[in-house]
Amino acid sequence: MNIMTEAGVEQKLSSGTTAPSIKMKGEKVSVHYGEKRALFDVDLDVRENQVTALIGPSGCGKSTFLRCLNRMNDTIDTARVSGKITLDGEDVYDPKIDVVELRARVGMVFQKPNPFPKSIYENVAYGPRIHGLARSKAELDGIVESSLKKAGLFNEVKDRLLESGTGLSGGQQQRLCIARAIAVSPEVILMDEPCSALDPIATARVEELIDELRQNYTIVIVTHSMQQAARVSQRTAMFHLGYLVEEGATDKMFTNPDDKRTQDYITGRFG
Amino acid sequence: MVGYLVVLLLVLAAAAYWIGRTRAIASVNGDVARLHSLPSQHGMFLALFAAGPALLAILLWSLVTPGFESSIIADRFSSELSGMGIPQVEAFIRDARAMAFGGLVGFADPTKEAAAAVYKSVHTTSTWIIWAVALVLSASGFYWAYSRIAQAYRARHVVERVLRAFLIACSVVAILTTIGIVLSLIFESLRFFQQVPFYKFLFGTHWSPQSAFTGAGAEAGAVNQDIFGMVPLFAGTLLITFIAMLVAAPIGLMAAIYLSDYASKSVRAVAKPVLEILAGIPTVVYGFFAALTVAPYFRGIGESLGLNVASESALAAGVVMGIMIIPFVSSLSDDVINAVPQSLRDGSAGLGATKSETIRKVVLPAALPGIVSAMLLAVSRAIGETMIVVMAAGLAANLTANPLEAVTTVTVQIVTLLVGDQEFDSAKTLAAFALGLVLFCITLTLNIVALRVVQKYREQYD
Repeated sequence: MNIMTEAGVEQKLSSGTTAPSIKMKGEKVSVHYGEKRALFDVDLDVRENQVTALIGPSGCGKSTFLRCLNRMNDTIDTARVSGKITLDGEDVYDPKIDVVELRARVGMVFQKPNPFPKSIYENVAYGPRIHGLARSKAELDGIVESSLKKAGLFNEVKDRLLESGTGLSGGQQQRLCIARAIAVSPEVILMDEPCSALDPIATARVEELIDELRQNYTIVIVTHSMQQAARVSQRTAMFHLGYLVEEGATDKMFTNPDDKRTQDYITGRFG
Repeated sequence: MVGYLVVLLLVLAAAAYWIGRTRAIASVNGDVARLHSLPSQHGMFLALFAAGPALLAILLWSLVTPGFESSIIADRFSSELSGMGIPQVEAFIRDARAMAFGGLVGFADPTKEAAAAVYKSVHTTSTWIIWAVALVLSASGFYWAYSRIAQAYRARHVVERVLRAFLIACSVVAILTTIGIVLSLIFESLRFFQQVPFYKFLFGTHWSPQSAFTGAGAEAGAVNQDIFGMVPLFAGTLLITFIAMLVAAPIGLMAAIYLSDYASKSVRAVAKPVLEILAGIPTVVYGFFAALTVAPYFRGIGESLGLNVASESALAAGVVMGIMIIPFVSSLSDDVINAVPQSLRDGSAGLGATKSETIRKVVLPAALPGIVSAMLLAVSRAIGETMIVVMAAGLAANLTANPLEAVTTVTVQIVTLLVGDQEFDSAKTLAAFALGLVLFCITLTLNIVALRVVQKYREQYD
């Protein structure tokens, strides 16, 4: 309750001032995969309408932490999560929380574009249909169109909405997946290396998009590209071997990090 | 005799392998790295040429000699055999052969004994010839290959080519066998259609070939063409297959969905093999399960409901056949459902879909072509199934759509037509081939369609 009021107060403040409020909060988050511990007591805040980048070498736990935020780790049988994660002050691991609703509020975009083998329209309409967001066909059409527009894909596909989503190029597919995530109007969008399967031009397009989306959504992005983290994020968190090394404003992290490991990683000395 | 020759050649091949290896190593003074091909490949090369041609010659010889020897006998005794028909000549040669090499002899007479003596001498000569030919081939092959082995010789390529030829030969055997079976089906069917018109067979609705020759006096031996109508059999087959799929398709599919998406690893590790044990039960066991347990049970239920259920009903046979096909459907469907990428499931779950929504709206549509083809393969399996229907569905060729009555199927009738003493060229026996041909065409079509569907499905995910 305490946290909730605090978050509420902060939210009110944020409307008047520039200090962004905390959207999601992780406290002492630990994850075990069977016997193996993948994450050690991570405390990390995600601020509203900002892009938070999670960086670190492979296997450092950044994707694991990301998947905790909308409980995607539930789909892995052996995964066990402890600690506390809150969304607007509510504990997302509370048994009373409906995981379906949580994932509608915290959407996800994956590393490899994974459009469903359906038409472009059906791909975007999938989420709204499941959650019953549209009362009529016209309203659904509207959601699909505005989602595709927000994802910057509408002009490219407006004449072939009924063609298969798998027939698009890799970059278009990834933007389709982003449109699909936006269509359920989430509050937070998690992106797990969304550009790792894309060429530089498509990557630039998706990065621009992320920057635009920041106006309306809170974004957490896992990336292996230091330039990408520097370009798109406002805050950066550095993970290593399952520990959160340090977290702070992106500018500071890339120019004057507190931890030597962060400096070494950013300058390419390991990882 | 020739058996020894084969053993000898195999021993020679082993020796040649070792010799070739040694020579290859010696040719570079032990510096194996300088050889173009590995020493073992040189050995293989030498062994192949030492034994291969000779073994091929023996194979050819064993295929050709029986016919050749028989023709010599027929030639030598042409005057004695001139009065006989083809079956008698065949019997004569068979007896002479049996007397020469041991075996069951029909009855002996002096001519046959003379023929047996000729048989023996011809066979001895041809055996000597093959020994000589094989040894010469072996020696010359060995010599030729031995002289080739050198540092730069590309034994590796030769071995590759020989292996490829061997593999091609194996697949050709499989294909030729299939073609042979189909051709024999076609030719015997054509003989049948000379006696019974094509259209009467395909569209006739009356089937009782056991009474094919009831004519007396002037009509004796004439074929009653109206009793070879296959429609009732076809209808029975479809009815039973339909019932079987009604049981197998939903249960198999649901089981597959459970196994692939809901079962935990440990449950899956137990449940999948157990389900597959169902596929390992011999069909004859299902047959008496159907006839002795299921059919009386249905009959009992029917009686209590006031329905008249035949003791050999299409329902019992169909249901048991369905149970038999369940593992077939579930294991094939399980494979295609598992082939749907996990990323699609994650994508759906990430949008807040529940497991069953994900399966209904994403996984099953994506796997649908594969599931359809699994169903088609199951249907062709059901159509071809014999033992259960023989035991549980009865022999009466009723043209009915009532699953509570006894029906019969194409396969059952093929069995009954060919069981017992039969003349091989009567319309009744030949009808079995015509039925076989129809059955073959149906299952072939189903399999081709199923494979096409699977191919289309594969293209989607590559």
